[in-house]
This record gives sequence, structure tokens and C-alpha cells, in this order.
Amino acid sequence: MSLLDTKPLTGRVEEVGGPVFLADYEAGGGYVAAKKAITQMTPAEVIEEVKDSNLRGRGGAGFPTGTKWGFVPPGPSPDGGVKYLVCNGDEMEPGTFKDRWLISNNPHSLIEGMLIGAYAIGATKAYVFLRGEYFEPKAKLEEAIDEAKAAGYLGKGLFNTEFELDFRIHSSGGRYICGEETALLNALEGKRAQPRNKPPFPPASGAWGRPTIVNNVETYCNVPSIIEKGADWFRDLGLTEDAGTKIYGVSGRVNNPGLWELPIGTTIREIIEEHAGGMQDGYQLRGLLPGGASTDFLVEEHFDLAMDYGTIQAAGSRMGTGTMILMDDSICPVDMSRNLQHFFAQESCGFCTPCREGLPWIESLLLDIEEGRGQPGDLEVLDQNAQYIGAPGNTFCLHATGAIEPLQSALKYFREDFERHITEGRCPYRTNGSA
Amino acid sequence: MATFTVDGKQYEAASGTNLLQAILSQSLDLPYFCWHPAMGSVGACRQCAVIQYQDAEDERGRLTMACMTDVQDGMIVSVEAAHAKDFRASVIEWLMENHPHDCPVCEEGGECHLQDMTVMTGHSVRRYRDKKRTWENQDLGPFIGHEMNRCITCYRCVRFYQDYAGGKDLGAFGSKSHMFFGRVEDGVLESEFAGNLVEVCPTGVFTDKPFSQHYTRKWDLQSAASVCPGCSVGCNTFASERYGVLKRLHNRYHNDLNKYFICDRGRFGSHFVNSQQRVRHAAVKANDGVFEYGDINTALNRAAEILKREDVVGIGSPRASVEANHALRQLVGDENFCRGLSDSERIVTDQACSILMKGGFRVPTVTEVESADVVFVIGEDISNTAPRIALAIRQATRNVSYEMAKTANIPLWQDAGVRGHAQHHRNSLYIASSNATRLDEIAEMTFNALSDGIAQISSQIASQISGASHENEFVKSVAEALLAAERPLLVTGTSSRDPNVLNASAAIAWALRTNGKDPSLLIVGSEANTFNAVVTCEGVTLGNALSRMADGANAVILENDLYRRAPAALVDSALAGTGDVIALDVVENDTLPNADVVLPAASYAEQTGTFVNYETRAQRFYQVFQPQDDVLPAWRWLSQIASLSGRTDASWTTVDEVTQSALAALPGIDATLEELAPTKDFRVEGEHRIARQTHRYSGRTAMTADVSVHEPKAPEDEETPYSYSMEGQNPGDQTGSAIPYSWSPGWNSNQSLFKFQEEVNGDLLGQSGGKRLFDVPSEPDAEVDKEFDFSVMQDTRDTTDGLLPFSVHDVFGSDELSAKSWPIAKRAKGPYVLVHPSDASALHASAGSGIRSHALVGSFEVVLDNRVQAGSIGIAVGLNGRVEIPEQSIELVIDPDFKPRQLGDERVIAKS
Repeated sequence: MSLLDTKPLTGRVEEVGGPVFLADYEAGGGYVAAKKAITQMTPAEVIEEVKDSNLRGRGGAGFPTGTKWGFVPPGPSPDGGVKYLVCNGDEMEPGTFKDRWLISNNPHSLIEGMLIGAYAIGATKAYVFLRGEYFEPKAKLEEAIDEAKAAGYLGKGLFNTEFELDFRIHSSGGRYICGEETALLNALEGKRAQPRNKPPFPPASGAWGRPTIVNNVETYCNVPSIIEKGADWFRDLGLTEDAGTKIYGVSGRVNNPGLWELPIGTTIREIIEEHAGGMQDGYQLRGLLPGGASTDFLVEEHFDLAMDYGTIQAAGSRMGTGTMILMDDSICPVDMSRNLQHFFAQESCGFCTPCREGLPWIESLLLDIEEGRGQPGDLEVLDQNAQYIGAPGNTFCLHATGAIEPLQSALKYFREDFERHITEGRCPYRTNGSA
Repeated sequence: MATFTVDGKQYEAASGTNLLQAILSQSLDLPYFCWHPAMGSVGACRQCAVIQYQDAEDERGRLTMACMTDVQDGMIVSVEAAHAKDFRASVIEWLMENHPHDCPVCEEGGECHLQDMTVMTGHSVRRYRDKKRTWENQDLGPFIGHEMNRCITCYRCVRFYQDYAGGKDLGAFGSKSHMFFGRVEDGVLESEFAGNLVEVCPTGVFTDKPFSQHYTRKWDLQSAASVCPGCSVGCNTFASERYGVLKRLHNRYHNDLNKYFICDRGRFGSHFVNSQQRVRHAAVKANDGVFEYGDINTALNRAAEILKREDVVGIGSPRASVEANHALRQLVGDENFCRGLSDSERIVTDQACSILMKGGFRVPTVTEVESADVVFVIGEDISNTAPRIALAIRQATRNVSYEMAKTANIPLWQDAGVRGHAQHHRNSLYIASSNATRLDEIAEMTFNALSDGIAQISSQIASQISGASHENEFVKSVAEALLAAERPLLVTGTSSRDPNVLNASAAIAWALRTNGKDPSLLIVGSEANTFNAVVTCEGVTLGNALSRMADGANAVILENDLYRRAPAALVDSALAGTGDVIALDVVENDTLPNADVVLPAASYAEQTGTFVNYETRAQRFYQVFQPQDDVLPAWRWLSQIASLSGRTDASWTTVDEVTQSALAALPGIDATLEELAPTKDFRVEGEHRIARQTHRYSGRTAMTADVSVHEPKAPEDEETPYSYSMEGQNPGDQTGSAIPYSWSPGWNSNQSLFKFQEEVNGDLLGQSGGKRLFDVPSEPDAEVDKEFDFSVMQDTRDTTDGLLPFSVHDVFGSDELSAKSWPIAKRAKGPYVLVHPSDASALHASAGSGIRSHALVGSFEVVLDNRVQAGSIGIAVGLNGRVEIPEQSIELVIDPDFKPRQLGDERVIAKS
């Protein structure tokens, strides 16, 4: 039994012992799935297989991938226009580094996944929208693209069919909001990275007004094995309702921070205790953000929950990217919240009022509280702002909603800490006035 | 239609509108910032939040942005729900974090939409403790002030400037809470529509710079409904005065014409009214050739004496009112009346009138221009001669984007979605012109030629439409597109002075009609009242009038600088004739010093009168303030002269009588005075005058204390339905076309407009003003083409020596009166010529060099233009005070001493 049977994303890297380029990739069965899809399956069959596999978007929202692909009008466009397939590699979620690892170590699985995706929706142009700072992954991906072109996996007349794919990398100018798929498309078009209103959704009108699919790196990397081994196999990989594996990551004061491909639905405790090596001596885990900075805190009562979309959502948070940030007992929740809000306020695109003006106010209030200048009533102002900014639909996109998730849950789970800051006029986590 | 419920009351709205627009259309109050009636919704400000309920049982509801919600049949919403009100107050609180509390020193104060919305939402206590963000402002040129600290980031400015008006040099910079709206660097805003930023900005970021320099609060302005004198479109304006100074112009909504936007010539071109060069005193030239001022009666008697003589010619003017021209015509008689057009313009204008009146072609309103699906602009640089039409053409090319949006189920009000989906797709616009135009960038194809070439290609297009087969790609493409169009539009004009261009345009319209199409034909005239030609007699030519003057005839020259109408030598000899000359005008010019009697004429803002626009719409403009010193409306001077001469047939007491007399003078016109606009007898609810002053007018001040400590009595108004005081009806009870300014309780800014509309974007309550003097015949005469000579003459001018001149019009400086408005004078370029690069290099000239010719007055800056046909040269008219250009080719030489004009900073603010 190959490692690829249980670790479709990282197994080959483990076998090879480093980045997998074309020769190793092909030796491990690379591009067999693409050939199968393009030469033996209709686009509709590919979409059906992905739908059956219950693959859900690995960027954080968890939207069923096959369903999304099915929204693209099938066949050639009546007006002869092109369709686009875009990979969202703008991995800027704090604490998240899984896509960087995947692109750097297994670039061909991304190319092959996108090749299959492009065939499924009839796209002839594909873009990888890559985080601007990802120089190393970009170099690796470029190398892989060159290999794939030379080997006839990209370009025209692929696998001796009419199918063609123009494949390009776009390096982001560098804004967190580019991870929002419509802001990403605006940025790709050379416009301000501001989200678009939906509808129209990208499958109907995306890049340059054309039907467009945007998926996360990890999502695409899952596609080849689904086509090769089948939807049933993929579904069986998951421990719970969800299908496949997931790359989970842990950062914080654990003994062995990092990322691991595990069956989706592995419990939080298992990830932290068995894979991340447990907390470092002298530190107690108080809470964690399960899937990046824009997810609600989970606390002790949640640590035995399975990390899958439904379970974590039922606990009041989101699995998000599946890469957790741990808060131990040495960390001031107010300071951590301020740090997070600083990030989100900085990364607001500046389009709608609540996000643009509300987040800096929250940051400023948190700084006041952290530095002992908090006043009675500040928490109520925070609560009100959190409520008005955080409710989906109150802001133009979900950036502010995501920003408020860790704040609102911190105010819920660590309220005493906030109150002590205000009543004592100082941060109890600081000695001699410094942290 | 959709029936929807707001706070328990049912209303109706057209399906396909957004909820905000539907709510405002019911005249209900709902705060907003980023939505604009002409620009739709983008959902940036989040101010128009309401609660939407799923059904009658739903008590909780969901907060939703009204501007981003399609109104649905059966929809139940609440504006008043506590949660919605709290959220809206929060939005203001967020916006106020950084907004300076500088209202007392802010030009927007008192008409600030942000102020209004702040009061409306009830936010009053500041809880934000941090410092406010600050910016360095930019110098955006003579028109627009910039105060970025006040910005609330609604994005309206860039949406108007870039998306709507096609401007390139104003953008949104930065991100997060550090959004900056301005240029890459300091500099003059390029767009000729930049002035609209003043009205589009909901607060005081973009301000009217000339207004700021002699600032008055809106509540202290005395205003009346007016019409722009800048070109033949006749945009409606609010003109506002204080202390005898015309302070500013704002857009006044007209449903068929300008709607929400006017151009910068209109907005900033009226300060000639306050010019130090204003003619303010009646003067009589003594025997020693020196003017004597002071006694009106002496001047009047002298004028009456001149009029009594046998041979008197009257030279009217296309920039004077219908009334003034009519009074002159009555005074001197048809056989002695000249309309005051140059001979070449007269021919082309008569041809235009003939096509308008007899052609039976649909003449589009500006609003109808916006709905055209294929546009062909023929030989007219519309962005410079009728900018508002160019702005409408820009919108017309977006119609395909609405079709595409419909197919993609994108609501049409969803501006960003519609634009993003359509991308570069535009309706076809074709341009045949002699030089590069600002619409070229959105044109499908352009064609370069002098006017005869344009006429020829157009006439080929006409024959192609009728079945001929030409090889030329432009001909084939335009003909095919026009034939495939549902609402084809042809736009041409008189600025080329070439009747062939009009003939060829009419030929295309005719060919389209005989092929089952219903084309629109728009002909732009050169001045505000050029189409007064349709209500006056043919009269004598200017050449004839001038030669009669040279032969000793006496003359009355009405608001006309003859040096702009005829070659200087002809004018010189006419003015040197032995006859006496009476000249009436507003601002000093080259003709006036040669007159024997000079009578100071009222500007359009100081009198009530009528202009006839390009669609033959007669529109009333009302006196905003009474003229000072000796100044009187020209018709009144002429009427008084007639009266002194015992001529009762040419004397009237009120302007209404003159207008009636003018309308009655030409058979075939069935317009009545009442149809143009409210007359002097109009009273709101039968009893109230319309107050020119607001109910908050400051009233008594010490401004005239140096003259007398007693407050002067407010003048009585005998001629209009307005009062010269706060007394009477303030806006609120609608008077349609006579609203003096836009204001409604709680809505102090121009955003109050919807309170005066039947619905958002609909007609004004009581209707927009004006009446077309000629309507399109419902059944065009099938033989009508026999009336026209559609043939086009070949240009036979010799081109072996030098370059063939053609006239170029510049929105800033080519128009006579606006060029004398100091902001325009600062903005205008110096005299320049457009030259093809190959001709420039043959002359050893490059961009910025100076060239001169013995046939031209002064030196000209060379501007390179690839679309100018080699062998020709475009001469910007008016910038050196001359409009007529040589007919034959001219030889040019480099002027080594030439210095390009620096933007002057001398400005003329009238006496206060």
C-alpha cells in the first residue's frame, strides 16, 4: 500500500523526501488522472465525480467544489468568449502556511488539479494568484510549469485532444483582501483589490466579466487523486461526514509546531497532543483559533471536537484553513485581540464604512484597554461595534465578519481579563509595566 | 409594478428599482451617501440600512442595505425600526471619527449632505477618543478646491469622474482608513466635467474654488431658475447672487436636458457678470471722440435721434435673448435687421434650421441621446462645443452593458456589477472629425478629414445605406451599424461652418428613414441663442449690413462684437462709416470703442428672457438680481428708444409682453408664454410669490452702511413670479421649472432634489421647463428630400502653399462671454494650433513651439495631433479674440520669441 492511498496530498513528498518534480511526480502516477479525465471522461462526468467525492473548499469556506464547478455554463460560450480557472494562492491568513508548503513541495499536483478543473468547466486560461511574498514557492511552481509545458501537459492539443490550457502565475501586490475571491479577480484585472457584489457570482461573471472558477491550492491538489482513485475512496478517507484528508497546522507554544496531512475529522486534541507534541513545559493551553485569525476562539470544552466543517461550526467557530493558532496562559487575550484587530484594520480594503472606520476604532479601544487607559463603558462600545460590524450583510464583504469572530469570542470567553484591565488600569499579564 | 410596505404603509414602485430609490421616490427620508440617482448603487457607505422582514409574521427581520436590494412585490421593510436606526447612527459615528468639526469654516456648511444625514440619524455624542487622520491637500487648478480631511470615503467622486465622465486623472489611492481621493500629483483636473465634483461630493472635500473666494452661505444666496448661456444645449441652472455679485451656478435638474450634471464652461463661465470689464454706464461719444458718462437721458435721446434717420441697420446677436433680438427687429424693421451671425455661420445655421423644421427627423433630447444604440458624430468636436451632449453620448455607449447585465441577471442599478460584467463592451460610436476628440477613446472607428472630406464620406455612407457598394471600411462599418441599430443617432453641428456636413448628415438620416429606420438627428449650434433663428426673420446678411454701414448707414449693434463675426478689415471700414453707431453690450469688447452711443446691457442673470436651444426648445431664464448702475436689459433700452421715437409697436413694459410679441411674430409657432415657464402673474397656490431668498436669509447686514445706515427697501418685482425677499413660498411647494434653489426640510443640500421629482430620475413636479417651438411631424413628408440639396461640394482650395486652416473649438476660451469669466480665463490655454507631426517637423516645430502667420493675429503654440490631416492646420478660435479664420491655405513660420502662456493668477472679482 502506497502512502498516496492515505495521504494523497503529501504522501509522494514523504516518499521522495523533498520537493516532487516531474520525474518523481510521474513515477508516482502523476498526470494519469489528468489524462484519464481529458481522454476518457466528459466534463460533466468529471464534475459529477468531484461532486460525489464531497470535496469541499479548503480555503476556509468549505463550499462543495463540484457544485461550484457545476455553476459554470457548460460547453463553449455562445459568444465565443473564454472561461477562466483561477487558483487562490494568496495565502495571507495569519497562522496559515499549508498552501506555501504544497506549492513548494508538490507543485505538479496543483497543476494537474487545475488542468482537470479547467477541462471540467471548459476554461482555456488558468491563473495561479500567488501571495506576493511567496518567492520560493513561485520559483518552484515556475519550474514545474516549465516541466509540464515541455512534457506536453500544458499548452495546446493536450493528450492529443483539442483541449488547451494557457497557464500563468500572477504575483499579488500584497493585500489580505486578495484572498476574497472577487477582490482577487479585481486585482487580477489590474483594478483596486476591492470585493465585488454578489451576484453576479464568479461562475457566471468573474475575471474580465467571464465565467470563472476560483479555488484554493489545497482544493485543486485533491482533485487528481479523486479522479484517479474515485469518489468513494476519497469519501472513505474522512473520519466524519466530511471527505478526504486535511492539512492541519499548529502554531503556538507546542513542542512540535508544523503541519500534517490527516484524515479530515481528526480531533483537536489529537492534532495538538500527538502531532504537535503537546504544550511546552510550563504553559497551559487556554484557547485556540481553529482555522486562522478570522475564526472564533475555541476553549477547553471544545478540544475533543473533530476538526471538520460541521462540528467546528456547531461549536460556534469555523474550521477555516485548519491551521490553528494556540493561545497559552502567558498570553494576554486583550493584547492578542489588539494584535489581531490591528491586522484586520490594516488589511481592510477601505471600501465600506463599518470595516474601514469601525476596525481602527476597535483597535484603538483595545490598545487603550491593554495599556491601562480603558474606561467604564468601553466594553459596551466594543460589544456594540462587534455586533454591528460583525453581522454578515452589514459590511460589503466578509472581511470584517472574519475580523470580529476572534474578538467577539474573546469578549465571551475571556471577558474577565478585559474587565480586569479596565478596573485595575493595567495589564495583569505585564510585570513592571512591560509584557 | 411592485407593491411594498414601509413601516406599515403600502407603496408602489416600478419593478427593477432598488429599495432605496423606491423609498426616496415616495418622498420618504432615508439617509444615504454613496448611491447617486444617475450612478446607481455600489453599497460602499452602508448608510441606507433598513430592516427587511420575511413575511407578516416575522418580527425580527434582517438588516439590509436598501440601495443593494431589489424592490420585490410584497416586500415588507421598516425604516423606523430601532435596530436600523441604531445602525444608521453607528455609520455616522464611524464616519465622524475622522471628519473635522470645521463646519463653521467649511464651504459646505449649511448645504452639507453629511450634516443633514448626521442630524437625521441623531448621532451627536463623540465616543471615539483617538486622533483624527489628516491629509495634505492638492492644488487641483482654478476650479476645484480640495480639503481631504473632510472626506468620508463614499467613492462618489471617482465614480463620477472616472466611470461616468471618463476622466483619467482623479483616482482613489491607498487603502483601509487611509483612502485618498485626488490626483497623482498637484495639477489642473483635466475633465471638463470636474465641477460636478462640487455637487457630487456629499461634504466639503471638493469645493467650488471661485465661490470660496467670495464665499456666501447657501442660505444667504438669492437665487432664481436660470439657463446656461455657454452653448446651444441650454442646461438649466440655479444662479445665485449676493450683494450684486453672481456668486455661483449649480445644476438645476431638467428631465430632458442636463439632469444632474453640467459642464465646467457652464459652471465657471458666468463670472463675466461680475467682471471689471462690465459695461456699467451709458455713454455718448463727444465730438472730441471721448465718451461722456453719466446721463441716461442724454444717451437715450441721442439714440432716438439716430434711430429717426432714414438708413438704420440693426445687428442682432446669437448670444442675446429672444426678447432683445425681437425688440431690435421690431425697431429697425425686417429689411434692416441682421441676425448678427457671420456670413459663413449664417449659411450653415439656416441650413440647420431648415433641416430641423422641414426634415421631420427626430431631434433627440439629451436624455434620448443617452438611449441611442449606435452614434455617429459627424464633423463636430462635441466635447468642446456642447460638452453635455458628449457626456450623454458617453452614457449611450454603455447601453450594451445593460443588455448584458439583463442576460446575466445583474440588477441594472448595481453599477459596479454592470460595469464589471460588461468590461470593454460598448455600443458603437463612430467619429468623423478634423482633429482628435475626447470621445475617440470610446469610439469604434474614427475618420480624419477636413469638413469637405467628412461631408463626402458621410454622403457615401448615405448612399451605402441606400444600397450602393463602397470599398471604404469606415463607410461600410458605419452604414452597417446604423442600419442594424434600433435607435441610431447622428450628431453634427455648425462649428465647421460647412453646410455640406449638415447636408450629408441629413442625407444619412434620410437614407435611414427610407430604409425603415427612425433616426435621430442632433445639430449643435454655436451659441446659447443661435436657434433664435427659427423665431426671427431671415433678415440681411452681415456682409450686407457692414457694407451699408461703410456706405454711411447708422447702426444698432446688439450684444455683438463684430470683430468675432467678420474679417477685421470689413468691420473697420463699417465702423469708420459716416453713420452713427449705437452699441449695447454686457462686457467691453473691440467693437464698443467705435460706437457713438454705448448702452450697458444686462447679463442673463440680471434679466428675464428666453433662449432657444438646439432642439428649438424655448427656455425661460429669470432675473436673479436687479442690475446696478445704468444697466438695463437690452430689450428695455431698445423699447425706451422706440418709445421716445413714438414707436408704440416696438415698446413694451414687461418682458412677458416682448416674449409674447416675439412668439406671435412668426407663423407656425403655437407656443404660448405660459408653456415656457411661469409668467409674472404666476402665484403658488394662487397667492404666493416664489421667494428668491431662503427663509434663513440673514437679512439686515452692514454691507451698505457706508451708503446709508437704513436698510434698503427690497425691490418690487414687476416681471417675474419671484419676490426679492424671503417673503413668499420657499421651495417645498413645488413650482416645477421655477424652483429657485433646491432645498427641503432636513435636506439642505442639493440631494433634496428628489423632493421635487415625481420619482427619482423622473420629471420635476410641475414639469421641467421650456417648450419646443417645432415638434417632429408625425408623418414626415415623403417628398421632403426634394427640399434639400444633399449633394456635397468638393473642396477646391489650393493647398500647394502652406496649410489649409480649419477652426478648432475649445470648451475653455472659444466662447466669447465665458472666456471673460476669470476662472475660465485662468483655465484656458493660450492661442494654439493643432498640427500633424509631419507638418510640424517640416516647419521645424515641435510641441510647445510658437508659430505665426501673416494671416493670423499673434503667435500660436503648436500642439501635435495625429488625427489632423497632413496639410491642414487647426486653429483654436477665440483664444486670441478672433473667431473667423482665413479661408485659403496659410504659410507659417516659427516664432523664436514665443513663450507659452503661463496660467495667470490675475483675477477679477467684481465690486462688492
